[in-house]
Amino acid sequence: MRATAENAIPAAASPSNRASRRVKPMPMVAKLAYRNLFHDRLSLIVTLVGIVFSVVLVAVQFGIYLGSENRIAAMLDHAEGDLWVVPLGTKSFDDPSMLAGREKHAILSTSGIASAQELVVGFVIWRKTSGGSTTALLVGSDTTTNKSLPWDISQGSIAALSAPSAVAVDETYFSELGVGRIGDRAEVNGMNVTVAALTKGIRSFTTLPYVFTTIANARALLDASPDQASYAVVKTVAGRDVEDVRKALKARLPDAEILSHTEFRKRSLDYWLFETGAGSALIAGALLGVIVGIVIVAQTLYSSTKDHLNEFATLRALGASAGYIVKVILMQAILSAVIGYILGIILSLFVIYMSSESTLLIVMTPNLAMFLFCLTVGMCVFAAICAIFKVVRIDPAVVFSR
Amino acid sequence: MNAHQKPMLEAKNIVKVLGSGAAEVRALKGVNLELMPGELTLLMGPSGSGKTTLLSILGCILSPTEGSLEIAGRSTEGLTAEGLADLRRRHVGFVFQSYNLVPTLSAAENVILALDLRGTSLMQAPALAETALRQVGLGHRAHAMPSKLSGGEKQRVAIARALAGSPSVILADEPTAALDSENGKAVMALLSQVAKDVRRAVLVVTHDHRTLSYGDRLIRIEDGKIVGRARKRVAKAGHHGASVAAA
Repeated sequence: MRATAENAIPAAASPSNRASRRVKPMPMVAKLAYRNLFHDRLSLIVTLVGIVFSVVLVAVQFGIYLGSENRIAAMLDHAEGDLWVVPLGTKSFDDPSMLAGREKHAILSTSGIASAQELVVGFVIWRKTSGGSTTALLVGSDTTTNKSLPWDISQGSIAALSAPSAVAVDETYFSELGVGRIGDRAEVNGMNVTVAALTKGIRSFTTLPYVFTTIANARALLDASPDQASYAVVKTVAGRDVEDVRKALKARLPDAEILSHTEFRKRSLDYWLFETGAGSALIAGALLGVIVGIVIVAQTLYSSTKDHLNEFATLRALGASAGYIVKVILMQAILSAVIGYILGIILSLFVIYMSSESTLLIVMTPNLAMFLFCLTVGMCVFAAICAIFKVVRIDPAVVFSR
Repeated sequence: MNAHQKPMLEAKNIVKVLGSGAAEVRALKGVNLELMPGELTLLMGPSGSGKTTLLSILGCILSPTEGSLEIAGRSTEGLTAEGLADLRRRHVGFVFQSYNLVPTLSAAENVILALDLRGTSLMQAPALAETALRQVGLGHRAHAMPSKLSGGEKQRVAIARALAGSPSVILADEPTAALDSENGKAVMALLSQVAKDVRRAVLVVTHDHRTLSYGDRLIRIEDGKIVGRARKRVAKAGHHGASVAAA
């Protein structure tokens, strides 16, 4: 025999042997999957591009969806009311009309009410001093008692809105409103206003700029009577059953709707996201991303499996169970998913960062990140089905025909 | 051969029909064969004689249409595909004509893979793989990828892979066909050495008449039937002077 022990190295001197005593080796299923995956770099790149594309598309679509939810519900969430008194047929906060009037007195005289804040909301024409005009949504609140609107003030203060004709605008809409700092002037519905405070990040879903002012100012700008309001935000006495209070209010205000915070929020979301089709389009975009991801990953995994078919047939001939081979394919899919997800989420965060100053709000939350991870792994595992069908049907006898 | 020894593999009246209808072919027509421990058996025959079909059946890759097969005392009758795979995993080692190493794994990893299939602990497998590679004289090439190995070295890795799980039967399909004369002799010498272990039997399917001197027994197959059996007559030191004769 030519092959003799003279070529051999002692077991004790072997680096691999020493290493094997120190660290637990990588399972062979994982090693084989990893090597198969990295063996064909081009195929791996195509797979990863598919997954990254899918992750980014789904992340951005769902991020916009969540951002839209935040924007649609922002006013409702910051107003902090248990119940909302709204005109009949109100579809959302951004679809304002006026209550009949004098509702506040009826509300405050109802048992179980802790406070009632009126909001006057309406569309206005904002005319820039430099020329040109745009539509804006004016939000008037009692700034002496209600300190929650506006929020995220970057310059100035709520108190500054008490000055005659003072308004607050968001920095996001500077160019649209033709202002850039406190003290800048404009014309709202033909009346002069002065920017007295700035907010940062209060963006509307409709892209119409919000303009905040006092309730008295808002009534004047919208030509409403002193006892009129668009909404009344009601806080109930602690410990009182909100449903009982609502029934009592409904009995007193038959021409208005009494909605809980959750109901008004849901109604607003449903209107903008589903009745207008905006949310459906975002979900459809996300689904498209998932489908594209599945198709690309399925195609490349199938192709990779075909390339390694002889090796899988050899494994089968050596006695590998179908489960062992399926594990290799699944491991390839999961490895692809993890790498693609990491790259995809980094790119998504970059996109979100780049859009942070724009009117488009894209939100990434830990829950969304976790959902995306599960979705990516699920998508890749689903995409592996074709490859698994191919591989479990291998006839190991082919190893003798080569 | 010890008359009291039990065969490691026993095939009785194996019939294999391939295809159906007009394309039906009786590839094997009642083959009886025993592989005894400590023996290297050569199976020779012309192309289309049924060698590969027989090897596939003996290796539990194909099921016979008729007949019975026992490996290490276990019958294959009624076993499912997974049952047959389990039997292969535990009792059969393969050496293929084209080596069939996994190209993305090193020599040692190819052997470890076979051990992993048998459920060997990954903590023990590297040492066992290294032992197997040293047995075939490739201890120093353990970390080489198959693409860096010569044909002879690849086949020796394949033999190490087959050996590593201590199978009862090693089935080699034309192991020298892709090798030059020197490497072919080295591989046959190695298989002959492997066959000396009384815990296993080795069957080599071959066309190569140069391998004759390495066999303890020669079986000839033609047209799906065993047409001749011969046993080595002279037990000399070394193989090259030995000859085989009708038993």
